[in-house]
Amino acid sequence: MDHALAPPEAAWHPVSEQLFRVRRFVLLVVAVPLGVAGAVVGGIFVGTWLAGLIGGLLAVVLVWAVVALRRNQRSWRYAERADDLLIAHGVMWRRLVVVPYGRMQFVDVTAGPVERRFGIAKIKLHTASAATDAVVRGLPPEEAARLRDRLAERGEARSAGL
Amino acid sequence: MAIDQDAAVSGPGVPGGNAVPRRLHPLTPVARGWKAMALVIAVFGQHAARTNETRLGAAVAGSVFVAALLWGLLSWAFTVYRIEADDLRIDSGVLFRRTRHVHLGRLQAVDVVRPFIARLLGLAELKLQVAGGDSAEGSLAYVREADAQALRAELLARAAGVRPDAGEAPERPLVVVPMPVLIGSVLLSFGTWMFLVPSFVLIGFAIGTHSSALLLGFIPLLIAAWQFSVGRVLRYFDFTLSESADGLRLAHGLIEHRHQTVPPGRVQAVRLVQPLLWRPKGWVRVEVNIAGYGHREDNEHQESTLLPVAPRAVALGVLGRILPDVDVDAVPLTPVPKRARWHSPVRRLGMRCGADDKVFVARRGVLRRETDVIPHAKVQSVRRTQGPFERLLGLATVHLDSTPGPVHVTASLRDSVEAARLVDEQAERSRIGRRGEGPHRWSAASGGSPEGNRR
Repeated sequence: MDHALAPPEAAWHPVSEQLFRVRRFVLLVVAVPLGVAGAVVGGIFVGTWLAGLIGGLLAVVLVWAVVALRRNQRSWRYAERADDLLIAHGVMWRRLVVVPYGRMQFVDVTAGPVERRFGIAKIKLHTASAATDAVVRGLPPEEAARLRDRLAERGEARSAGL
Repeated sequence: MAIDQDAAVSGPGVPGGNAVPRRLHPLTPVARGWKAMALVIAVFGQHAARTNETRLGAAVAGSVFVAALLWGLLSWAFTVYRIEADDLRIDSGVLFRRTRHVHLGRLQAVDVVRPFIARLLGLAELKLQVAGGDSAEGSLAYVREADAQALRAELLARAAGVRPDAGEAPERPLVVVPMPVLIGSVLLSFGTWMFLVPSFVLIGFAIGTHSSALLLGFIPLLIAAWQFSVGRVLRYFDFTLSESADGLRLAHGLIEHRHQTVPPGRVQAVRLVQPLLWRPKGWVRVEVNIAGYGHREDNEHQESTLLPVAPRAVALGVLGRILPDVDVDAVPLTPVPKRARWHSPVRRLGMRCGADDKVFVARRGVLRRETDVIPHAKVQSVRRTQGPFERLLGLATVHLDSTPGPVHVTASLRDSVEAARLVDEQAERSRIGRRGEGPHRWSAASGGSPEGNRR
């Protein structure tokens, strides 16, 4: 792990692999029918070589995308320190956000239909700043609820005026 | 919401009209709806004049006028406000009733705005900026000018935690922007000429070719030219910044007069802007982030301008009032690594950042210089970002997030190890800074537990 993104005293938690599976599912559900339709149309109207080309390209792009999704899911991690929550993610564009508990205004836990199906949820911390981009994706619902409660409790204890 | 422990302070024994429902001024519908009425009358008047159907036109315009007036009166009649212990409560709505509680403990600023028509009628709008949420502000439009001032004094006194009948805190002028300086500052802005020159060319062309239709197509350009030149002078006309126990007071405007009160400790971040052409004069503009103001995207953040133009020394003096014991010029600033030239060859020359024990300072800009200052205690969150190109060069960018507003504090293109240290150090500095923060009720510094009044 990149030293710069890993404050030594923090114990990082990974997020669930289900995050990868959800994204792979969505990718396949959207991309495969589109690609197959494109290949069939190309094959009928132009020739089998175009169908093969589209099919090959689709396969390459999908493999690359699945690898990228996997790496992205592995890059997600968060750490609870005494006074703040750290969230880091990103492979190409890396970001780390430090949110002090005392600055949290409220915490959202959301899970869409697909995410619920795969058993993950997303937790978002809101501060008085709109720029704070503090989201942890891919948490198991129990863990999300526990984290939310812990955050709320710590936020209450350390709450500071604006 | 906090437990209502202040009810005891402002119980029935304290004068100031607790929970007595009050109404807005009866002329409110006129002051609010005059624009729409004028438009309707103009449209139908024109139509009637063109088609000679004077009677029909008059009838339609008249009935629209009466209907609008009735609706305005009805909504006026249904709007009631009262001050309850720690809240300003506003009930409104004819069909859908709405009750809004403005929590005075979270008051960020109070504005008294007097648009042109309202001024003619002797009315004013009282705007309360409260932290949090998009539409968290409370607005009383319109009340009598004297009432607006009395209300402002009472609300500020309650928010400050002193007796609500304490009256208006006396004020002492700090800075007055002289007219020649204001006009000079507008003339020395690129923005002014960017719109003015094309407008002049256009008008000249239109006069030369007698084609007024051409002008109609460019109305947005003409409006922008007006806004950036004369509009700015009118807006910041007679700009006075004063100081009082209730905080900074800003008063300005020739046609629409605006009076803002920003209580102590409400400024979240400050920016000093120095456009290229202002440099020989040594002028700067001061912009601030105040929670509650930043949500509206009006042109050039009118409400967020603390000083439209002032000599740098004066601006720094004002800064010293907002952030006591802070000397921006004394904060040691370091440049970015030389290898940043592969990323931004020119912009890197202006990039500096540094911190002392009170504030973080980031400077940017080669031609137009901007200096951002944020007290450690006001930092909402710290972010470190790194794109692929930055990572290749071993660079990273650190953002110190503030409440919405013109000021964004960013330390760009720092060495990535330094950036990681910066994030850690800033988290620690902000933690210590938050502990040393004053109470939310600025006059309640002594006695009682300030913790209970926060949030």
